[in-house]
Amino acid sequence: MSTATETQTTAKSPSQSGAEDLAPVTTESLAELLVSKERPPQPSPWSASVTFGWRAVLKIKHVPEQLFDVTAFPIMMVLMYTYLFGGALAGSTSDYLQYLLPGILVMSIVMITMYTGVSVNTDIEKGVFDRFRSLPIWRPAVMVGYLLGDMLRYLIASVVMVGVGLIMGFRPDGGVLGVLAGVALLIVFSFAFSWIWTMFGLLLRTEKSVMGVSMMVLFPTTFLSDIFVDPSTMPGWLQAFVNNNPVTHLASAVRELMHGEWPGSDIAWTLGWAGVIVAVFGPITMRLYARK
Amino acid sequence: MLENLEKKHMTNDPSGLAIETSGLVKVFGETRAVDGVDLAVPSGTVYGVLGPNGAGKTTTVKMLATLLRPDGGEARIFGKDVVRDANAVRSRVSLTGQYASVDEDLTGTENLVLLGRLLGHKPAAARVRAAQLLEAFGLSEAAAKQVKNYSGGMRRRIDIAASILNTPDLLFLDEPTTGLDPRSRNQVWDIVRAVVAQGTTVLLTTQYLDEADQLASRIAVIDHGKVIAEGTKGELKASVGAGSVHLRLRDAAQRAEAVALLETALTGAQVQLEPDPVALTARVGNGDNGSGAAAQAAAALAELARADITVDNFSLGQPSLDEVFLALTDREAGAETQEAAA
Repeated sequence: MSTATETQTTAKSPSQSGAEDLAPVTTESLAELLVSKERPPQPSPWSASVTFGWRAVLKIKHVPEQLFDVTAFPIMMVLMYTYLFGGALAGSTSDYLQYLLPGILVMSIVMITMYTGVSVNTDIEKGVFDRFRSLPIWRPAVMVGYLLGDMLRYLIASVVMVGVGLIMGFRPDGGVLGVLAGVALLIVFSFAFSWIWTMFGLLLRTEKSVMGVSMMVLFPTTFLSDIFVDPSTMPGWLQAFVNNNPVTHLASAVRELMHGEWPGSDIAWTLGWAGVIVAVFGPITMRLYARK
Repeated sequence: MLENLEKKHMTNDPSGLAIETSGLVKVFGETRAVDGVDLAVPSGTVYGVLGPNGAGKTTTVKMLATLLRPDGGEARIFGKDVVRDANAVRSRVSLTGQYASVDEDLTGTENLVLLGRLLGHKPAAARVRAAQLLEAFGLSEAAAKQVKNYSGGMRRRIDIAASILNTPDLLFLDEPTTGLDPRSRNQVWDIVRAVVAQGTTVLLTTQYLDEADQLASRIAVIDHGKVIAEGTKGELKASVGAGSVHLRLRDAAQRAEAVALLETALTGAQVQLEPDPVALTARVGNGDNGSGAAAQAAAALAELARADITVDNFSLGQPSLDEVFLALTDREAGAETQEAAA
């Protein structure tokens, strides 16, 4: 291209000390890069989502401190509740741990799903979102990417908690397969549940309000379940809530899977709830995303 | 070669327009941020959208790049409607926003590979393209650094690099040099010229008149969400008069006399005193007998010589875009006060 010109700064000094010493832009090589007008086909929804998931993983790589909430927090939960309630509720901490660990795993993971909302909320105002939104890709891919990255975090938290549990004396009858099945069900449900937070992340104006709202939702849904105690000791009206709480179905299913049983109806309820949550909050999230 | 490029860019739209809007409106609450903007941007050119902060430039660009839904009017990019055919538009445009539109937590390479993958490149191809672009933009050494550690000039470069991962047919540059030092600014200009030389249409928003002057072939001046003037640089300059005469006198005491003389000698001239006590500028109108600015200036100089006023320095120039801009926005303000009074 005859129009291409070299910028006046010539010698590329090997030691770049800062902005003032930036290597020159070589407009000739730039022109060569621009000549090719070929455009690869639009990526598939799956490929675009996985790419955004990779972005989430890269962020973990650059800011590993953000794994604090999926490592230290769950360990604290197991230790605290086992030794706090164990003696009183089950007679011994090691007996209680057999009942509690699957439930406290569910509680921790369901609670950390809210960070999805927080990260959506802090990210959405950044300029990079304008670029993502101006790309010809499947629209929900950005959000699905977040959730894929978060599933990795849930997996890390699960491994940490089960590991701590095993050290403390948790002995699941279901063996490796039972534990894996329980964790898999939990992660599937958490993926679905996170769509509630993507919605709030887009809907609310500040990170703090996202956290506030999520606590309002998470405390009742996780505590008013069968995670800590058998619901049969509760008053009738509370039992009605607890027995229909999706977290109860999930916790029961995970507990029984880990202990080598097959809780068909609880699994079905859990997956059913997961489907309903995605069907309701997925489209709302995407509407809000398009409007931002 | 050039003909081929042009042909290629015009295939989808018989009018040869990259951007065509009519009556574009965007309302935020009570504010009409964009209030009936009509644009017609020919393919393969740099089109400048010039205006002060808050004039509606960014909002207009966001609507054209499918990021905001217009509240009224229509916009077509290469003949495709930005609302109904948003995805077709997205596949042909790129946007470099006012603030870095790359992920600050990721490195330069990671950003470009990520976007390359999202544009459908295979992993290996995306990595090659990323490395080539970083090299061309002089960022190879910063490739493995997180973008948040980049200087302003480097951010702009990685931003523009991200916009040309696939050579776009239309590139939106929203205030690409705001906050840059003069050298980085010149380099951004070089990049823009290189991009346009390959047949890409560029819509450039700026609040710097010299930037529009340097790069754009046509300019729309926007204020309060409306286009208040549109045309080539020459047309815009001509619209505020034929040119300006800049004079430096030897004796400051003679300045008042010189002003009086110039006002009679130059038809419809507005004489402006400069801060320097010996300097003055006269805006030359279009002469009533069609005489050019030079002829009028020559006659005025002769008058001054006859009155024994010594002129040390003289220059005749087209009005700068600054003058155009101030004249236009003044006129707007004037019209508004009249409206308010009426």
